[in-house]
Amino acid sequence: MTPAPPLALLAELTHRCPLKCPYCSNPLELERASAELSTDDWKRVLSEAAELGVLQVHFSGGEPMARRDLVQLVRHAASVDLYSNLITSGVMLTEAALAELVEAGVDHIQLSFQDAEVESAERLGGLRGAQQKKLDAARFIRAAGLPLTTNFVIHRQNVDRLEQMIALAEQLGSARMEVAHTQYYGWGLLNRDALLPTREQLERSTAVVEAARVRLGASMVIDYVVPDYYAARPKACMSGWGRRFMNISPAGKALPCHAAETLPNLTFPSVREQSLRQIWNSSEAFETFRGTSWMPDPCRTCDLREVDWGGCRCQALALTGDARRADPVCERSPDRHAITAALGSARDNAAWAPRQPRTPA
Amino acid sequence: MITAQSQPALSRGVKLRFDQAREAWVLLAPERMFALDQPSTEILKLVDGERTVEAISDDLAARFNAPRDVILADVVTFLEDLRQKGAVRS
Repeated sequence: MTPAPPLALLAELTHRCPLKCPYCSNPLELERASAELSTDDWKRVLSEAAELGVLQVHFSGGEPMARRDLVQLVRHAASVDLYSNLITSGVMLTEAALAELVEAGVDHIQLSFQDAEVESAERLGGLRGAQQKKLDAARFIRAAGLPLTTNFVIHRQNVDRLEQMIALAEQLGSARMEVAHTQYYGWGLLNRDALLPTREQLERSTAVVEAARVRLGASMVIDYVVPDYYAARPKACMSGWGRRFMNISPAGKALPCHAAETLPNLTFPSVREQSLRQIWNSSEAFETFRGTSWMPDPCRTCDLREVDWGGCRCQALALTGDARRADPVCERSPDRHAITAALGSARDNAAWAPRQPRTPA
Repeated sequence: MITAQSQPALSRGVKLRFDQAREAWVLLAPERMFALDQPSTEILKLVDGERTVEAISDDLAARFNAPRDVILADVVTFLEDLRQKGAVRS
């Protein structure tokens, strides 16, 4: 049976980025510039995506603005009727660069902040002067009449300033704000001891968001992502494997999620060799965890199996060593102790490593 | 709040589009989308920042031969829900 087509394409154009955020969701083995897809490859991928039924493309990275052909790719996306979101740190977003993107037809920009407080933000991002560039970028986006989403990834080191972050997002004129607790993949997993909030921090952040929502109503919509380690049930990761999303890595691997390359014994097809339609409809990688037939107990007979789709395969692998097991976040998982141990090991003085290429260039 | 006198418009960055693959209309918004059934589609096709909710309801009531007060209540509820999600402004 042919699966329903994907709704969105996550185009990870590059892993290059001027920032070094310790919670980055990119893999530890960052792709080099020389391995990246060409402009023509990406244009073909965008055309194939639209043809397949994709409605939105998220240009992401790394820092997508590090690709010199970003404007061409945005223009191509618009020409095939894809709604384009640019997910950027803003540190390369000059007024001139923005004007080109607007002319090319970008629909929406999500601008990330590391903190509301300059010193902390620049310590986390590892780039001096970054905060002012982001503030300028927000102003340019608003002046160009584009909808602005501000994104704040929160964790143990900055969550206590959530009120200031919300105030900053309001002041910048965001129509929408994302408050996302760190998810523990890639660099976030590596630095988990330093990033996992305490239960008190989590509860307080949830209360702050709820109060802000009541106060702000529709004037700024807040999307809130909780850290699933404190939840009783796992998240429906990517809305289910191979159900809604397709992620293309900088080197052209087609992935069901951005962390999937960590999964062993799965070969991910390359968009250099196969069409998106072939990959989506019939590749082993997309079929493996699609639906419910792959599930072991306790998921196999669980009444929530089509709600959370077994949670996250990459998290099961990272914490249990077996990608087929139930997500250990679930209270019905026999591996819940792995989560308990992680919560116990997080601490205020834990060291963390900035994101950076690990292999010499 | 959306009322009978509001002149609703799609928010910035929100687009109404026909989705060829699924043969249905869809509302595309920043990093989100809303699948639309036929009545929702007919409402949104009339949302242009000029027409009032009342005028939209009159048009739909006439074309679909339906009671106007029922239609008006449905239009207000539907658009107010989208307003709260940031996709429509009053």
